Amino acid sequence: MIRKHLFVFTGGLLFGFGLAFGGMAKQEIVLSFLQLKDLGLLLLLGGSACVTAITINLVPKLLKKPFLGGEFKKRKRTLSKRTIIGAAIFGVGWGISGQCPGSSIASIGVGNIPVLIGIASMFLGAYVMGRFFT
Amino acid sequence: MMFPLGIFPYIIGGVLIGIGVSHIYVSTGLHATQSSFFSTTLSFFTKRPYFQQKQYLESRSWRITFALAVTIGAFIYTILLSPEGFFRTSVQWWRLALGGTLVGFGTRLSRGCTSGHGISGLASLSTASLYAVATFLAVGIITAMLLQTLGVTP
Repeated sequence: MIRKHLFVFTGGLLFGFGLAFGGMAKQEIVLSFLQLKDLGLLLLLGGSACVTAITINLVPKLLKKPFLGGEFKKRKRTLSKRTIIGAAIFGVGWGISGQCPGSSIASIGVGNIPVLIGIASMFLGAYVMGRFFT
Repeated sequence: MMFPLGIFPYIIGGVLIGIGVSHIYVSTGLHATQSSFFSTTLSFFTKRPYFQQKQYLESRSWRITFALAVTIGAFIYTILLSPEGFFRTSVQWWRLALGGTLVGFGTRLSRGCTSGHGISGLASLSTASLYAVATFLAVGIITAMLLQTLGVTP
């Protein structure tokens, strides 16, 4: 499935380029949003969600299946206490550090080496969740 | 002043991210989201049943490709376009560590992050994701404001 990796890779390049272009690899900019000094993050989140919404809702009506075959996967999430409690805990971590998963991964590419501490910590948090809370 | 750095970096950045996610969806049918990467990569190192679930084993290789590409994409931006070049955060290490742990725990408990709930979830018109986004935005803002009030900078 080398072609799948190729398409995921090129899409990922755009994702990382866009994150860095929008300043998200700088925790200071994310924090300035959370301190309500610069609302730009909402434009970035809204812009990416709108473009993606058009694709996800329109393309499966026009194409029977993805270019490389398979099926258009539906993203299924049911609302539960875990959805909300998890989001709240994420919010606390986001507010403390200005880091979220995607922007931290992009941070490495802009030379933002201290964020490696954050990524290692995210692995730890994900491990504790999967090990003790499932 | 709601947008001291202007609106275009944010809008262009957001549209590029949307095109990247769309490109992957149209070609493979996959939702290119971020926080699952931690759980799926951990499946290489632990045999615990949660980490060995089928969907994690199936997606763990492309998620590594994806994370690698996100890093390289940000690197390409930095060498081609970034006015000030490489960047290092001045956020203290204890905040990166404590915040990072809560981010890893919370996003996996909630099964989504700013990208999973925020981009793909909202785009899929998911009610669960809408509540999740409202929650992490509100709690994130309260937390950051509180820290600022306590004199923690940046």
